[in-house]
Amino acid sequence: MESLDAVSSEIIGAIAIADSLDVLEAIRIDALGKKGRISLMMRELGGMNAEDRRVAGQTLNKVKDDIANAIAAKQKILAAAVLNERLEAERLDVSLPSRPETDARLHPLSRTIEEVIAIFGEMGFQVAEGPDIESDYYNFTALNIPPEHPARQEHDTFYLPVDAEGRRKVLRTHTSPVQIRTMESNDPPIRIIVPGRTYRSDHDATHSPMFHQCEGLVIGDGIHMGHLKGCLIDFCRAFFGVDDLPVRFRPSYFPFTEPSAEVDIGCTRQNGALKIGAGDDWLEILGSGMVNPRVLENCGYDPEKYQGFAFGMGIERIAMLKYGIPDLRTFYDSDLRWMRHYGFLPFDAPSIHAGLSGGGV
Amino acid sequence: MKFTRNWLFDHLETDRPFAEILDVLPMLGLEVESMVDRAATLAPFIIAEVISTEQHPNADKLRVCMVNTGSGDPIQVVCGAPNARSGMKGVFAPVGAYVPGIDSTLKAGEIRGELSNGMLCSEREMEISDDHDGIIDLDDDAPIGTLFATYAGLDDPMIEIAITPNRADCLGVRGVARDLAAAGYGRLKDIDTSPLEGSFDSPISWQLDLTPAEEHLCPMVSGRTFTGLKNAASPTWMANRLTAIGQRPISALVDITNYVMVDLGRPLHAYDIDKIDGDKLIIRLAKTGESITALNEKTYELDEDMLVIGDATGPDDLAGIMGGERTGVSEATKSMFLEVAIFDQISVATTGRKLNIHSDARFRFERGLDVTSPEWVSGYVARLVMDICGGEASHVVSAGAGAAWQRTIFLATDKVERLTGIKVPKDRQVAILELLGFSVSEANGGWQVGPPPWRGDIDGAADLVEEIGRIYGFDHLPMQHLPREHVVAQPAVNAKQARPLRLRRALAQRGLTEAVTFSFLAEKEAVMFGGGDDCLRLVNPISADLSIMRPSALPNLISAAACNQDRGEADVAMFEIGPVFFGDTPDQQRTAVAGIRHGAMAPREWHGSRRMVDVFDIKADVEAGLRALGVRRDSLQIEEGGPDYFHPGRCGRLLQGRTLMAQFGEIHPSVVSHFGLRNSLVGFEFFLEDVPLPKPRGPARSYLKMSPFQPVSRDFAFVLDGELPASQLLRTIKSAAGSLLSDVQLFDVYQGENVAAGKKSIAVTITLTPEKATLSEVEIESISDAIITAAEKKCGAVLRA
Repeated sequence: MESLDAVSSEIIGAIAIADSLDVLEAIRIDALGKKGRISLMMRELGGMNAEDRRVAGQTLNKVKDDIANAIAAKQKILAAAVLNERLEAERLDVSLPSRPETDARLHPLSRTIEEVIAIFGEMGFQVAEGPDIESDYYNFTALNIPPEHPARQEHDTFYLPVDAEGRRKVLRTHTSPVQIRTMESNDPPIRIIVPGRTYRSDHDATHSPMFHQCEGLVIGDGIHMGHLKGCLIDFCRAFFGVDDLPVRFRPSYFPFTEPSAEVDIGCTRQNGALKIGAGDDWLEILGSGMVNPRVLENCGYDPEKYQGFAFGMGIERIAMLKYGIPDLRTFYDSDLRWMRHYGFLPFDAPSIHAGLSGGGV
Repeated sequence: MKFTRNWLFDHLETDRPFAEILDVLPMLGLEVESMVDRAATLAPFIIAEVISTEQHPNADKLRVCMVNTGSGDPIQVVCGAPNARSGMKGVFAPVGAYVPGIDSTLKAGEIRGELSNGMLCSEREMEISDDHDGIIDLDDDAPIGTLFATYAGLDDPMIEIAITPNRADCLGVRGVARDLAAAGYGRLKDIDTSPLEGSFDSPISWQLDLTPAEEHLCPMVSGRTFTGLKNAASPTWMANRLTAIGQRPISALVDITNYVMVDLGRPLHAYDIDKIDGDKLIIRLAKTGESITALNEKTYELDEDMLVIGDATGPDDLAGIMGGERTGVSEATKSMFLEVAIFDQISVATTGRKLNIHSDARFRFERGLDVTSPEWVSGYVARLVMDICGGEASHVVSAGAGAAWQRTIFLATDKVERLTGIKVPKDRQVAILELLGFSVSEANGGWQVGPPPWRGDIDGAADLVEEIGRIYGFDHLPMQHLPREHVVAQPAVNAKQARPLRLRRALAQRGLTEAVTFSFLAEKEAVMFGGGDDCLRLVNPISADLSIMRPSALPNLISAAACNQDRGEADVAMFEIGPVFFGDTPDQQRTAVAGIRHGAMAPREWHGSRRMVDVFDIKADVEAGLRALGVRRDSLQIEEGGPDYFHPGRCGRLLQGRTLMAQFGEIHPSVVSHFGLRNSLVGFEFFLEDVPLPKPRGPARSYLKMSPFQPVSRDFAFVLDGELPASQLLRTIKSAAGSLLSDVQLFDVYQGENVAAGKKSIAVTITLTPEKATLSEVEIESISDAIITAAEKKCGAVLRA
């Protein structure tokens, strides 16, 4: 029989120099396999007396364990080396471009309308709607603009054919008809805004045949022109994000309001660039006034009992001013380059709590 | 409305600086549109004398002039004007002067070798007229060295203000002055409106040929004859003012009528008496077939609603709009008849609109004049005519009883504060009204206020409040926040209005960019997409491309895709939410949600994800859109087919029960090529009105039961008829599998080798999720058998071997 020590040290030595998992496995089989050298020695223990068997068995078991441990340890090392080798072979150029993502944008108009809704919603307004094809009555007459009134000429109205009942339909020239529709079907108090499409037959650098307006109407107890001023100043400052934005009320004329006022905001113009905020110049942004008693009468309200204010602003105009969009006509071009530049990411929803001006992405 | 500073000061006595007046005008409601101060632009131009001219040695058409500017040594100037001669007085621009007509600043230099230090100017070079026949040739007594602008009376700044339709009274300089005076910016000067006694009877008189029902068309007219006139050029001061406001001086009589129109806002008309046929001017409605050649040399066909003035020959004046050529004054006119009339505003507006004539007179008449002016203006004008043209005036002839204009409006003392929040002292309220020409008398709790005859716009107490408010100043408006109705604001949009907000984000998240396109389009494209109804055709479209209301949002999106393609962006994915029209009533307007994809789904890139869009991309978009509105995909049925503008074999409808919810598909190749697109194009459209609002259930979700048992998957491959929709097989499998089925996925469709012609193979995987205990093989077998049996029975599908 070979000397156990010699066998053990030979095997341990072989393990130490094994350079692959295959070699290591061969050593394991040679030592600990069914017919392995250690296994055979174990088998020989059967022929010994009890005392010898106990002593020799202990020794042999220790040798067997040492070898098994040595193989396990070596296996770990060799496996790690194999893995490392594989990983090294799997190396990729991570500087290559990632998979393409979609980069779709929301339109500045819908975005601006949402901002307007958020601000007026905070002030207790609700959104009201009306049709784009209006009767002459709702678009003009009920708003105290009788036929042949000079104010009608300023509207550049699109006309549709006379209908079966002989009524002339128009594309609404402003969102104001919704004032009438709302008052006809609701009792005061009223606090609405009406964002929507409007149409005028004018097409040049600063006019589009279709554009967007937002009407506002407040009817309630003791609502006076000071509330109009407060409401619009609160709006303008929130919308433009300028806390000390100067806002000026200038007398004007709209047939459906009396008194009427144009609203200007402060700005500075320098080298062709416009900056909204306290400055040396003014910029007209919307029309407003106290609802004309004639309009209240037309809706069945008693003007002695109820009063309130109305205003209307151009959505494109305030969007252009806020976001620095230079050209009105580009709003309707659906030019993807323009949308990527001026559009908004879909998750970037304006809100009072998270902000109204977009993340600038 | 244009006027000059000095013109305003004819009516307003003030010590306020002009700049302050410019600043306050907009605050009174008179928006300043522009101010042109020619004293500033003409500041460098001085009067000079040409002391010598010599032929330029190197140029036939040039001369070398020595110019005396009144200070320093004479200056040498090379001049090309044919009229330059020694001894003449002209206008000189020195080196450094900006010359507007040639848009450049003069530099010292040489012209063909001769020194030239400045310029002798023509009128066009100073932009005071188009005259460029030669350099300006002034009178011999023109003072050398003085400013040309001052000498020529061109130093009077021109102001242009925008007049709102209610302020007809400010279409005259006097009205503007009255507003300024009321606001404390000076005193309104008196003008002499006393009658001027005539010295003879007018050979022409008025005849109102109007029925009682028509009398309102001309409530009052007056006139008078002038004889012995000399109608030469008007005096310089008048010509300068007219020039300053952009009107070309013509002759004294014409200029006087134009001047008074701007001065007092009172249009007048002058007839040459020698051209009037008969001794009457007749005011009547025109007859069909009559026509007038107006002063603009255009001929207008008249109808029976048009008010005209004529003589024995026929009509020759469109009342309140424009006079006629036949009876108008000329430089040869010796005798004139002057018309001062009031015409019905609506009649003037209607006729003007029908004939498409925009005149200064119409602009004023249709906004309303001082209805008493026929009584008082003729003295004022007569003095002007006789001062300038000499001659004699007749007695005044008039007709019509005049319009009723006197009325009183009650104004409660607290009305201004109630409506505006501004506290205006009572005496100040009265003072403002009186300065504006209103009569005010004390009444119980307020005043009875009588508007003046030039304020036809004043309709009620609210108008008086505006007058007081704007003159007192809107800057006194208090700033008052709107009272809050709820401590925490209520939602501003209702459930229906909230849907587009959500939908937009859902579609954009899928890669569709939002577009806003016009609500109208070309007729051809409307018809292509199922529209073209006559009642939706614009009577006055801006162009043929925008002539009819759209029946679908798809065509404009497709046009937009074509534009993008032409700009080098062929891969387009866009959507729009906007109105479409199926008729002209409010309930025939619907809100379309439409989307398109064109070209490839991804750019060319190294992962190889690029592929062309197909119908399943757009189907996923429409399903995602509906999902965002609360419509579950498994609540929808699908049906093949769709409108003509889709590829007939590649489109479908999504239905809920029998209700059509949405359409999608590949766009028909002929439509694609009509729009000039080059790749495959897919689209969808649905209408928000068709999508039912989910029942309000409150915010709480239903209880979620999660099975603790292992789900089991099984795959099946069926061979079935190639024409049979896959949806039918899936539906059959779902109902056969029973309640344990938690998912079905179709993972392969195959036609070709090993599958008989006309057949297809469809592979699905089902997932069963047990609820009570792990499924036994026997239970799984029994469900599988049920699926196989049902698929065979209902779909003729055979399990693939």
